[in-house]
Amino acid sequence: MADHATNTAAQAEAGRSYWQANLRLIIICLVIWALCSFGFGILLRPMLSGIAVGGSDLGFWFAQQGSILVFLALIFFYAWRMNKLDREYGVDEE
Amino acid sequence: MDQFTINLLFVGASFAIYIGIAIWARAGSTSEFYAAGRGVHPVTNGMATAADWMSAASFLSMAGLIAFTGYDNSAFLMGWTGGYVLLALLLAPYLRKFGKFTVSEFIGDRFYSPTARMVAVICLIIASVTYVIGQMTGVGVAFGRFLEVSNTTGLLIGAVIVFAYAVFGGMKGVTYTQVAQYVVLILAYTIPAIFISLQLTGNPIPGLGLFGSTSDGVPLLQTLDQIVTELGFNQYTAHNGDTLNMVLFTLSLMIGTAGLPHVIMRFFTVPKVSDARWSAGWALVFIALLYLTAPAVGAMARLNITQQFWPEGTAAQAVSLEQIETDPAYDWMATWQKTGMLGWEDKNGDGRIQYYNETSPAMQERAAAEGWTGNELTNFNNDILVLANPEIANLPSWVIGLVAAGGLAAALSTAAGLLLAISSAVSHDLMKGQLTPNISEKNELLAARIAMGVSIAVATWLGLNPPGFAAQTVALAFGLAAASIFPVLMMGIFSKVNNKGAVAGMLSGFLVTLVYIFLHKGWFFVPDTNSFTDAAPLFFGIKSTSFGAVGAVINFTVAFTVSGMTKPIPREIEELVESVRIPRGASAAVDGH
Repeated sequence: MADHATNTAAQAEAGRSYWQANLRLIIICLVIWALCSFGFGILLRPMLSGIAVGGSDLGFWFAQQGSILVFLALIFFYAWRMNKLDREYGVDEE
Repeated sequence: MDQFTINLLFVGASFAIYIGIAIWARAGSTSEFYAAGRGVHPVTNGMATAADWMSAASFLSMAGLIAFTGYDNSAFLMGWTGGYVLLALLLAPYLRKFGKFTVSEFIGDRFYSPTARMVAVICLIIASVTYVIGQMTGVGVAFGRFLEVSNTTGLLIGAVIVFAYAVFGGMKGVTYTQVAQYVVLILAYTIPAIFISLQLTGNPIPGLGLFGSTSDGVPLLQTLDQIVTELGFNQYTAHNGDTLNMVLFTLSLMIGTAGLPHVIMRFFTVPKVSDARWSAGWALVFIALLYLTAPAVGAMARLNITQQFWPEGTAAQAVSLEQIETDPAYDWMATWQKTGMLGWEDKNGDGRIQYYNETSPAMQERAAAEGWTGNELTNFNNDILVLANPEIANLPSWVIGLVAAGGLAAALSTAAGLLLAISSAVSHDLMKGQLTPNISEKNELLAARIAMGVSIAVATWLGLNPPGFAAQTVALAFGLAAASIFPVLMMGIFSKVNNKGAVAGMLSGFLVTLVYIFLHKGWFFVPDTNSFTDAAPLFFGIKSTSFGAVGAVINFTVAFTVSGMTKPIPREIEELVESVRIPRGASAAVDGH
């Protein structure tokens, strides 16, 4: 019984730190997500206007294509990292 | 063989494939009808999600809106892809772990409240029907063109076909048909774009051609900027609209994406939680193939069209009426005139058609000097651009046939997916979950099909006088989903908001957004019943299409406030939230209630 109780407590602890690690990862990804789309694509575009990209500027490229490529990278990075975290914390599906 | 026969051949052949697959994989049980028995690989699922997702709005409408507005409509590009990041990070894996069939089931269970489930169902139905209206607009354009009939006749024929098609099978039939539709759709979109990119820039990849140079060595975008400003239009690559609306509109589309039932439902059909994460990525890969091409299609079409009207350059004489009538390069104009979506008129009787921005002061001066009496390209419906594009660029007839088939695939696949979401909301959540819990499987399927029939009838009727271009109507649906469903799903997973908070949040966010939209677009989208327009919006200059993000903020704020003042969630719900957060122990979905 005692073993079982410590086991459960340890599991709950692992679950909590797994969730904290997940939240950290989500926040990092969402900061990049917002920076590339709302940031470089819209609000910070005037700051990037000096960098020419094929007839326009970097902000235009981010708004039309760059942010989409970043979104793709973010999703695959998150999936890869989380599936690894699942195993590290022993919460993966067998 | 004439173009009409070729179009019919392509559209007919593609339909034969879809219907064949639908019959082959016809749904038997309710479980197959909704979630395809979960035997779907993430890549297959991603492809089907992409077809489901990319509708008439993405395929037919978006490039046209970008072409005639330029940079400011990049909001569509970022908004409709950025939502997948939210889906993959914030919703998909947890909803898959929860393991039920529908979004409203999650809301009902997590907020231990049949009321919350009912409110969610109603929000979903209204958002989805709005979405279908946008699809019907696109269906009208596509059928009108390829059958060479008026927009209205095309819409009515299209409605019958969409209905017959959606009633055929459930998700399983739809999943494999949608894979076929994706293939048709993406070929139809990229092949003409590749041709046009080669013609203009020599680069076979349209997305790269957009930033490439034309044959004279000048960058394409620079040429385009110059030619449109010479005619008094806004510079293509510049930010001309207001920043607040662009940010809010992008955000509304993003969170709306993550709140629309027919997309979220897709993630219930993957075998594992880890697959749900990959699936969102694969869906975006297949979507990005179109979305990276779309800005190139828009810019190149704008350049081609403008140059057709000013064949000798913008400083010289405009195209003559005689050339429009006799030169085969202008055949597309006569074809599209028949649909009522393209029109021109030689107002000053000089035998030429001057296309320019008649509201620009500089152009008014030039018009006075040259004896022009206004812009003579009197009607160019933005929704026709993608379909007309291969004809404008003089591509071979088989490419034009393929594009017609692709446009229909896009509209059909999304309409079918949405009708499925609506019918499952009515039969599964409303009838089986609430009103008649003992309904037999057979009657549940019957109710699902009746719901499909009713929603398509309503959408067709409203589609005859749509509140905007296909993509704009669809954007309104996203606003509604953004204001109601996304916040409550997110709070359900990431916070301890209680039942009363969720209901109050959903109701306030949704109703405020709906009323705001109705005030600007007409009550129940009936024309001329609006009190405001998007040119002069009611609240801080926020357009009705951008309001979803504000609705979402209202939803979050009200939910947290009400939840803080009422009883905290019970112990077993806390355990449910904790179990949803951890992938271990995920099982196949079970039929709830």
